[in-house]
Amino acid sequence: MDDHVYNLAASEAFPIYNKNHIISLEMPNRSGDVLITTFGELSDTEYLDPRTAQVAAVDHVKQECTDVRPAADEELPSPYIEEFRCDLDAEIIKYVGEAYKKGVCSVYCTNGKDAEGPGSDFELAVVITAARHSPQNFCNGSWRSIWNIEFKDELQTVELRGKMQVGAHYFEEGNVQLDASHECKDSTIFQSPDDCAISITNIIRHHETEYLASLEGSYLNLPDTTFKDLRRKLPVTRTLFPWHNTMQISLTRDITKELGIK
Amino acid sequence: MEAAMGLMRRIHPKHTETALSALLSLLPDHSSDLLSQVDQPLQVLCDVESGKEFILCEYNRDADSYRSPWSNKYHPPLEDGQQPSAALRQMEIEANDVFAIYRDQYYEGGVSSVYMWEDDNEGFIACFLIKKDGSKTGQGRRGYLQEGGWDAIHVIQVGPEDDAMAHYCLTSTVMLSLTTNDESSGNFNLSGSIRRQMNMDLSVADGHLCNMGKMIEEMESKLRNSLDQVYFGKTREMVCTLRPPSEVVQLRLPETK
Repeated sequence: MDDHVYNLAASEAFPIYNKNHIISLEMPNRSGDVLITTFGELSDTEYLDPRTAQVAAVDHVKQECTDVRPAADEELPSPYIEEFRCDLDAEIIKYVGEAYKKGVCSVYCTNGKDAEGPGSDFELAVVITAARHSPQNFCNGSWRSIWNIEFKDELQTVELRGKMQVGAHYFEEGNVQLDASHECKDSTIFQSPDDCAISITNIIRHHETEYLASLEGSYLNLPDTTFKDLRRKLPVTRTLFPWHNTMQISLTRDITKELGIK
Repeated sequence: MEAAMGLMRRIHPKHTETALSALLSLLPDHSSDLLSQVDQPLQVLCDVESGKEFILCEYNRDADSYRSPWSNKYHPPLEDGQQPSAALRQMEIEANDVFAIYRDQYYEGGVSSVYMWEDDNEGFIACFLIKKDGSKTGQGRRGYLQEGGWDAIHVIQVGPEDDAMAHYCLTSTVMLSLTTNDESSGNFNLSGSIRRQMNMDLSVADGHLCNMGKMIEEMESKLRNSLDQVYFGKTREMVCTLRPPSEVVQLRLPETK
């Protein structure tokens, strides 16, 4: 294929894929991973890592972080907002460390980042991803959850909207994929930054644990209920099909009669 | 072409049709290879004469028409469309009747069709097809599935008889998709396809249909079992790898203290 066309197509397709799958890229100065999300997107190739207050330059096609620079003041939230963000980040890191094998998380301010103090609404977003690629074992998988958190000053409430997406792919001599997603809502009261961080993290932990349990439930239901609507393990007669009786056409009519099928 | 097949082996089964049509426009020179090697969800037409549905595939197609196994007529009508020999057509009629009963016993609904044709080395080829819509708006008896489809394609090549024995080579493909959706667990979809082959030398004393039927029944059970146990199991394992269930976390905690 034409190299130019290929590069053009790749340069369009990769950023979309990388953002949809929220891939995490290692930053060159050992300051951890940066997540590729629309929340941290400053330009086509620049992504904010709020935790280290750095901006990572990204090569979408190579899926590499090529450079980092300190974020400018106007790219970061105000100290008032940062306290909420930073406290929540610390709690989420603890939770993700406990709950996921190789989870990466980040907390962004998505709205109202310049609020200097109480009296205004703002929004944070918690992003959690865990991915595993093991092509040598013919399987890949990813967990992504995004929590939008609205801090409502006047109502003194915090409202959460969560979306969890799970994908798994197994392709040894076949191609089977799991594609699951779930959305939920919850709320808590507006408190100090550290108390908010704890109650928000508890809510997220609760919903994600429940969702995992419901996924397990869906799997357990498969063999005997769900799958049965596609094809039974054994015929309705509970014995293998009497193929030996079908040698003569007349006999097939007998089977038909015997089974009461017309 | 290799890259195209690699893509089709990995792509989400939901997007097979879109991807295939994109590949066909990108690689027009390979269209016949693509169409014969990529399995697509089966399509169904209604036989106007018998009122019964039949399944469309490459094996009952001539030009743009498809032959119904029930009336033996092409839809839309085609003059001089290919026909199996009279003897083979007789076996085809019988096979369709028997296979419909088999299908009803295992699938509790669905559509099936069997097509046969002579091959070049004195044997013949038979193609057994099943399509089942297991969704609650379709023929899902239990109503668990928001969406659910099972398409099975069995192609058996039967060699010439030799000393009352014949060689049977069965290639089977199953494509399936199932989706459940409820308030508490959201959207849950599993889909995929697998293909396997089975070779057997059998005595023709019991008749070809009996031999072919037994092979298909065994194969379908194997495919269903490996989808259920192995393939779905592997995706479940993957989820547990990403986020171990809490019992595991609790068990692990004392060690790390």
